[in-house]
Amino acid sequence: MRDDVIICRCEEVTAGEIREACRCGASSVDGVKRTTRAGKGLCQGRTCRCLVEGIVAAESGKALSEMEYPNTRPPVRIMKLSALAGEEEEQ
Amino acid sequence: MTYQTQVAIIGAGPAGLSAALEVAKQGGKVMVFDENDRAGGQLFKQIHKFFGSGHHGAGVRGIRLGQQLLEQCIQSGVEICLSTVVFGIFPGNELGIVKDGRSHTVKADKILIAAGAGEKPLAFPGWDLPGVMGAGAAQTMVNINRVRPGNRILTIGSGNVGLVVSYQLLQAGASVAGIVEGLPKINGYAVHANKLMRQGVPVYLSHTVIEARGDGQVEEAVIAEVGPGFVPIEGTEQTLSVDTICLAVGLTPSVELPRMAELAMVHLPKMGGYIPLHDSHMRSSNPDIYVAGDVAGIEEASTAMEEGKLAGVSMAEALGLVSAQRARELAGEIEERIGELRIGSHGDARRMAKEEIVRGYEAWLAKQK
Repeated sequence: MRDDVIICRCEEVTAGEIREACRCGASSVDGVKRTTRAGKGLCQGRTCRCLVEGIVAAESGKALSEMEYPNTRPPVRIMKLSALAGEEEEQ
Repeated sequence: MTYQTQVAIIGAGPAGLSAALEVAKQGGKVMVFDENDRAGGQLFKQIHKFFGSGHHGAGVRGIRLGQQLLEQCIQSGVEICLSTVVFGIFPGNELGIVKDGRSHTVKADKILIAAGAGEKPLAFPGWDLPGVMGAGAAQTMVNINRVRPGNRILTIGSGNVGLVVSYQLLQAGASVAGIVEGLPKINGYAVHANKLMRQGVPVYLSHTVIEARGDGQVEEAVIAEVGPGFVPIEGTEQTLSVDTICLAVGLTPSVELPRMAELAMVHLPKMGGYIPLHDSHMRSSNPDIYVAGDVAGIEEASTAMEEGKLAGVSMAEALGLVSAQRARELAGEIEERIGELRIGSHGDARRMAKEEIVRGYEAWLAKQK
């Protein structure tokens, strides 16, 4: 895959940037996420996770089965902070 | 506020609703949560008739199967909360939900995660142009929202999703410029492929898409023949004039909640990716959490319904709503029907993968002792 192809569409992170992160030591989807923001956007990596996984595996010479599923934290879906804070929804 | 229920089910698709009905039949209190504004999951997008045997709903359209299931659930007293997001799963069998703009807690004795699957992406130059979308997204647009995503479609992937969605786009008045398949043979059922071929839709076997081009939106797709290792062969490029590229390259289980619940998982490419380990009756590595349907390995709506029933029976048994002997009888009947669904060239691979998941669970269990 060409370096200029965007992998994370939400945060506009390219394949080249993910490979660079791997060369700098990122060895997991979470590592790439922390260094490049890939997977931190609106869809929270639901689209790009598989692609990032493939690139990290190829760069580190690991099999896909050796990759760990990235950490997930609440909220796993988009929600308004007002819902968590218990405030009335604005009309 | 805090809701209290015996069984909480995440996902009102075929697996979730089937499980809910099974528990409700035994007198259990069930709440089902779904982020969509209608129940039925993917079933409500399936305007085609199912096939197989009678007790699997053959000859009935998916949308009708969904409606039947929904009506039965409501009659049996299942509480279905739509437009309700489950944003987290927490220790002590608690779910965080957002309903009507407010967050609430749900405490349940047993939880079933039937969250389904998401579409796998395929990256190539230009795949981020408007007009490139998942085939499932195109199906939602055309069958649910009644919007045709484009006029000239190229579908990548000849599995059942790619074939069925392509045909439905034809029915909606679009033209299909072709189906592109990396393998040297069609991946889905012949009955679906033949319908397209009779309409003159070309199928490009051993081909892949290498680029989408256009000014601000897809205007053309470049495809090429692939050699060993799916590497495009130089000089075989063809440019097709299309405005929509549907990606149907597989589904992957939505395991965000299983991961948050720290369920033991296994990576099985045949079943779509990471799958929570579960026993033969759908119980995960957490004895209070069950999984069923696509989240437990990508299969079909018919198997999802049977797995849901199985999870329902085993939750009802664990809650003491049904005797161990009666549960065994019910589970035996369901397992027999599942067995019928997992035969043949497509079913055998799925059956073996499911057995691998159960073996993985047993190995995990043995290590805990």
